[in-house]
Parts: sequence; C-alpha cells; structure tokens
Amino acid sequence: MTTKLLTALLLGTSILGTAGMAYADDVTLNIESWRGDDLAIWKDKLIPAFEAKNPGIKVVFAPSAPTEYDAALGAKLAAGSAGDLITCRPFDKSLELYKKGNLADLSSLPGTENFSPVAKAAWQTDDGKATFCVPMASVIHGFIYNKDAFDKLGIKVPETRDEFFAALDKIKADGTYIPMAMGTKDLWEAATMGYQNIGPNYWKGEDGRTALIKGEQKLTDKDWVAPYEELAKWKPYLGDGFEAQTYPDSQNLFTLGRAAIYPAGSWEIALFNTQAQFKMGAFPPPVEKAGDTCYISDHTDIGMGLNAASKNADAAKTFLSWVASPDFATIYANALPGFFSLNNTPVKMEDPLAQEFVSWRGKCKSTIRSTYQILGRGTPNLENETWVESANVINGTDTPEAAAKKLQDGLDSWYKPAK
Amino acid sequence: MAAQTRPKRPFRWHIGIFLAPAVLVYTAIMILPLAGTLQLSLFRNINQSQVFVGLENFRTLFGNPNWSVGFWNALRNNVWFFIIHMLVQNPIGVLLAALLSSPRLRFSAFYRTAIFVPTILSFVIVGFAWKLILSPLWGVAPHMLDLIGLKSLFTPWLGKEEYALTALSLISVWQFVGIPMMLIYAALLSIPDEVLEAAECDGITGMSQFWKIKLPLILPSIGIISILTFVGNFNAFDLIYTAQGALAGPNYSTDILGTFLYRAFFGFQLQIGDPNMGAAIATMMFLIILGGVCVYLFLVQTRLRRYQF
Repeated sequence: MTTKLLTALLLGTSILGTAGMAYADDVTLNIESWRGDDLAIWKDKLIPAFEAKNPGIKVVFAPSAPTEYDAALGAKLAAGSAGDLITCRPFDKSLELYKKGNLADLSSLPGTENFSPVAKAAWQTDDGKATFCVPMASVIHGFIYNKDAFDKLGIKVPETRDEFFAALDKIKADGTYIPMAMGTKDLWEAATMGYQNIGPNYWKGEDGRTALIKGEQKLTDKDWVAPYEELAKWKPYLGDGFEAQTYPDSQNLFTLGRAAIYPAGSWEIALFNTQAQFKMGAFPPPVEKAGDTCYISDHTDIGMGLNAASKNADAAKTFLSWVASPDFATIYANALPGFFSLNNTPVKMEDPLAQEFVSWRGKCKSTIRSTYQILGRGTPNLENETWVESANVINGTDTPEAAAKKLQDGLDSWYKPAK
Repeated sequence: MAAQTRPKRPFRWHIGIFLAPAVLVYTAIMILPLAGTLQLSLFRNINQSQVFVGLENFRTLFGNPNWSVGFWNALRNNVWFFIIHMLVQNPIGVLLAALLSSPRLRFSAFYRTAIFVPTILSFVIVGFAWKLILSPLWGVAPHMLDLIGLKSLFTPWLGKEEYALTALSLISVWQFVGIPMMLIYAALLSIPDEVLEAAECDGITGMSQFWKIKLPLILPSIGIISILTFVGNFNAFDLIYTAQGALAGPNYSTDILGTFLYRAFFGFQLQIGDPNMGAAIATMMFLIILGGVCVYLFLVQTRLRRYQF
C-alpha cells in the first residue's frame, strides 16, 4: 500500500505534474524539446489550441538546453523516464533513435499524408519505408535585399543570373552600398548561404541530390562544379576584408543598411524585422534564363516523434495528427516567422517577408541540402568539408574543379553507393 | 659503533599516511584518466561494443590519408606556433625583465602589472577582443594604421591562410609574455649585488655585463620557460577555438593538435565524434610532449651550469 502510494506520488510529481492527482481521468503528455525559446508559444498558443479541441488530454512542454538535449534525451530514454513526445533533430540523430527502438513507426499515422516525400525524407529510413517523425518546420534559402537601396539605384529584382550580376555591378559602381554581405571567416556561411543556396538550380534539386546518393552523379560533374564557379565570381562583390568577416558581422552590415543583398536563410526574418530600419524584400536564387524551372533549398529542420515506450501512445498519436494538421501549421508558422510549416496546405502568414519566402514553394521545386541525408555520415565529413571548400573557392585559394575533386575524393573514401 | 645492533625501528606508517592524500588525488585525477585514454586508444567501437584492436587506430591515423594529412598539418602548424613563441615571446620576456630590473626605471610596478594582466584574462575574452580589434569592418587596427598612413598594410589577417596562424601565435604571445617576464625578473633580482659589483670592478658594465654575467645566471630559468612554453603550446586549443572555430579555418591553416583532437573526439556539426580515434590523437600528443620534456631533462638541463652563492 505504502509503496503504491509512494509510486503514485512520485509519478504525480515527476511525470504527471501536480495536475495528475486531481484529474485522474486526464492523460498528460510530455514533450521533450531543445527549443526553450519556443516555450511561450507552446504554453500560450499551441497547447491551449490543442486542449480546447481534445478534452481529456493535457500537454506539458518540457524543453532542455540545446547543447544538452541529445545527451539528456538519450539518458532519459535509456532510463525509461523520457516524455511521450520527442522533438526530432533531422536525419541521422533521429534515425539512430529509431534504429534503437526508441521512436515508434508513424508511417500509418493519420495526417502524414499532408506532407510531401521531400519533407518526410529527414525522418525516414534510408529506403524510405518507415517514417518516424512528423515534420514540423523547415527553413528556406534565398536572398534578402534592401528595398530602399534597390529603389534608389533603380534596380529591378533579378530573376536570371545575368540580371543578378548586372545588379551587383550596378551597386558596386555606385559605391554607396557593399553589394553583398557575406564573409568566409565562419566557413558555414559560404557553404550554407552560398553553395546550398544557389546549387539546387544547377543540380536540379531532388533529381541531382538523389542521383548523388545513388552514385549516378558525382560532385565533379558539371552540375555540381558550376555552383562553385558562380561562387568564385562573388568575390569582388563582397565587402572589404570579407575573409575575416564573421556571420554576426554580415548580419550587422546588412541590418545597418550598409549592404544591399544578403544571401540568407529564412531564420533571419525575425531578427532582421526587429533590427533593420529599411524595407526589405526577398528573391529566390536566380535561374539561368527567364522561365527556367527554379529550385529552392527548403531544408527540413525540426519534427516530432512518439516515444516507443510511451504509456499514452493513443493520446500521443492524436496529438501528432494535430501537429500534422493545417491548424498547428498556421499557429506555428505565424509565431515563428521564418520557420515554415512543411504542410501541403498553404498556411496564411502575416509577415510579408515570410510570405515572400514561402510563395516560392508554389513556383519552384523544393529540395533539401545535398550533404545531409546519408552523405552526412562518415569521415571525412562531407558537410564539414563543404564548408571549408566553399570558403576556399570564394577566397580564391582553390579552383572550383579542385574543390569539387577534393570533396568527391573524400566522399569516395567511405561512401559506396548501393548498386 | 657499527657492530652495535640498533633497536629495530618500527615501520614508519606516518610516511605513508602523509603521502596518501597527494598520491590518491593525483592518481584519481591524473594517472587514471591518462591510463583510460591510453586504453581507449587501443579499442574501437564495432557494432556498439568496444573491441580490442591493438594499434589499429594508430595505423589509421598514420596510414589513412584522410587522417594522416590532417595530423601532419596540425603537427606542422603546432611546431610553427611553438617557434613563434620561442622566437618572440621569450626574448621579449627577457628584454622586459631586464628593463624592469633596471634600478633607474620609474613606475616599474605599474608596467609589471600591466604587462602581466593579459595572462590572467580568459581565452574567450582574448579571442573575441582580438577578433574585434583586427576586424576589417569595425576593428581599431585598420583605423590606427590609417592614422599613420599605413592603411595599405592592413589585410584581414585572421581570414588569410598565409597569415592567420602567425597572427594567432602573436596574440598568444601578447597574452602570455608576462610569464617569462615574471620568471626572469625574479631570477634577475636573485643575482647578488656582490657579483655585479665585482664585475664592475673588473670593468664589465652595461650591455656586456648583461651578456657575460646576468644571462649565464638566468639560463636555467630560460630553460624552464622553454619547457613550459613547449608543453603549453602543444596542449593549446582554447585560443584557436574561440577565434577561428573548431574547423580552424581558413582551410585548416590554424589547425593545431588540440583542435584536431577536439574534432575527432567530440565530432563537429554533422561529423560524429569518435572517442577511440580521439584517444589515439591524445596519446600521440602525450608522446610528443613526453619526448620533448625528456630531451630537455636529459640533454639540456644536465648540461646547464648552476652557480651557488
């Protein structure tokens, strides 16, 4: 009797929270997450919206620090004390949890049909047969520009590469603004906002990415070297001393109005909106000639899965189906402009810059960063090497061909595509 | 006397008891982790279990170009890092100490403190402060060079492959020059006045007094400083990490053994950490430092002359 009471008390304090005793009939779901920043959004907006529709299910959002999340989650899963719902990192980290049996298979969950295969790729087994997390949000790459600067110089938003470079030339000739705010000091800017931003237009998005994984294409092929050739041409348009310019430097250069174009990821929107004193617009990576199909990097970033050991699996699945619904997508995308819902149903967003970004999904084809799925394993690590080589190409210390060859050689040393 | 049998001394337990705390603490926090690292480097994770593989990790480290190129690059950079310290930090330290110990210098206590202060600053502060000072956008370095009309000399040093490592070495020198200065200063102060007065009577004054009398007397201190510099440099990590990040850019030109170890052991971004390869690198670092210290102890220190007053 006493042990039972003690267990009940312990459960009450640790898992169910204080509400557990009073509402014995209610099921309480705990969410594990690293997004402590989103606590207010969950508490004030998302959870009340869900609970209003689903009486009898209580949800608690319990985040841990981003740097501790993976280790803490692993320990909790091993000890059996992890929450029912688990926020999923993309690709291998979550795949590992699924392989260990910590994440349940959600392939047949109602609501997953709302997502495209690209959106689900981050949380699928390599063969694509099992899906184990519901995609929540992605980030889109493109260019944010200073509208006032463009108006003053009479520049039209570029659609093709020629127009793009013509615009850069014009800004440079005028001299008021630095044409493009990007540095190579932190390396990843060159790879993420450079190579992965403009690349999909060359390698035709998913076609090229999957062909690379299958081994049908190589990084030394024309379509994969060409983005490096374009990056090499960016050098004269970057600010003085861009080699030592860090990521925060680039952000500041742009928001202070000293630079005209910023190669961006949509996660910048919230910050730029609060800091920039001028009007901003955005355009997708320019294509070769007007009318070409455009491709954008719409990179899956965050998802949610079900703890396979959860005692409230049914309630948790109800919640996940809701996460997969347009309702959730609308609230989430509006609360966090720049983190876009992956839902197929278009979401109405208030923020004009976020609207601009997400509108590209309608006219362009989406893909994810080429170095993440499957190819992001192994040593030397393709993603990390891509950072280094992209910076080298912009700095002019490596030719595009040499950079591509180094990457392909590194990949060949450990990756043998399935024949 | 000799034939007389002494009463048997009881076993001196107190020696063991007095030694125990130090031995236990040292074993727990130094010897066990070191042994653990050496052990870890002989294993490999195969299908989620640790399997003994002998020296296989070292064969990978030296035989597989994906590892060996990075390792030799890091070692080369580390040697350069050390050379800069030996050529710049220690001579400047000796010079500053000689100036400070001059009796005619006023405000010497102030200079001593001011020069020593960077040593007690955190690496993080030093790294970020210098990153800002040298920043081509908001840094004071380009401005100051502009004021004296030498703007053309400015380049984004930390972002150029050919300068980054030297620039970082000099930052590290700036931070740590206080340590040789203090040690040499103490050594110079301990030279008895009689010796110097005797030298003056023999007509040895000024510079020749420094070269002929003082320098030989402080040589043992310089030896100690060299070995401290060696150990410190080959264990360095923090400054590179805070200033250049774990990838030690541009193009690994500032990668030293510490950052190379960090990436291997803990992983970085998408690269997953490999504690066994990391331990192999840590073992190599241990052996390099051990080798350097041994060379010093057996070849250099035994030949240094010591003077007793």
